[in-house]
Amino acid sequence: MPLNPSYVGRSFPPSQPYLVGREKIREFARAIGATDPAYLDTEAAKALGHPDLVAPPTFPVIVAMAATRALIDDPDLGLDYSRVVHGDERFGYVRPVRAGDELTCVVTVEEITSRAGNDFITTRTEVGTVDGEPVVTVWSKLVVRGSAGGAGGAGDEKAE
Amino acid sequence: MQVGTEMPARTFTVTRADLVRYAGASGDFNPIHWSDRVATGVGLPGVIAHGMYTMALVGRAVTEWAGSADGVLDYSVRFTRPVVVPDTETGTDLTVTAVVRELTGDGHAVLDLTAVCAGEKVLSRARATVRAPVGLGNS
Repeated sequence: MPLNPSYVGRSFPPSQPYLVGREKIREFARAIGATDPAYLDTEAAKALGHPDLVAPPTFPVIVAMAATRALIDDPDLGLDYSRVVHGDERFGYVRPVRAGDELTCVVTVEEITSRAGNDFITTRTEVGTVDGEPVVTVWSKLVVRGSAGGAGGAGDEKAE
Repeated sequence: MQVGTEMPARTFTVTRADLVRYAGASGDFNPIHWSDRVATGVGLPGVIAHGMYTMALVGRAVTEWAGSADGVLDYSVRFTRPVVVPDTETGTDLTVTAVVRELTGDGHAVLDLTAVCAGEKVLSRARATVRAPVGLGNS
């Protein structure tokens, strides 16, 4: 079933605030094997000029994915999550996420396309503090693999 | 650091246990990352790593090399092939390389990134812009 193209251009109200905790940053850093003191030691983060622990670069996906969940699960969009693989991901940072940040997201559907039996949906998530400070923009392209699809990913789109 | 400078290759071992830990830490519990039954049921060769886990490991290699834990300004990848992770003690290996593509006037380095698993590139259009460490911008 193709994705509902009427979602293109649609934005959703700001997501419920996500409070970034120190232990969540440490847990995420450990899960990716990152040992930089800026992720683990508040004094090291402060020495770099931050008020608290710094999160690794891909940490914002936690917040963005949670904010996108309502869209993904919306039956009117017609997305079968079991057939989803990740196509593209991009982070454009204003500054790193830090412990103590209370973040909210505005999700916009940028594009829905279909090619070779697969559907593609690109979302842009503006992540900022509840006080209105922009922090990071996250773009995600998901691939919904058709039943005749190949091994997954955007594999038929070659590198430049 | 100058245009063409290459990061020494880094190899990460990826096992099922790593995927379970990443699922918990990230909140991405898609069963294609832990269930062979579900993964093969949707036509995948087997359990595959979260694309975001691969992206995190590549990011880790880059930030550790550039000394920029808090200095990544832009980071983007395209996932072109799945990283298939067998249910063995040793899992699979992911090898990451990077090369400086550009040094900008404001002291940033643009890096082209490569990640290889089982002899195949698993990313394309992978690029990071980092704040180059002081003293490395104009060598």
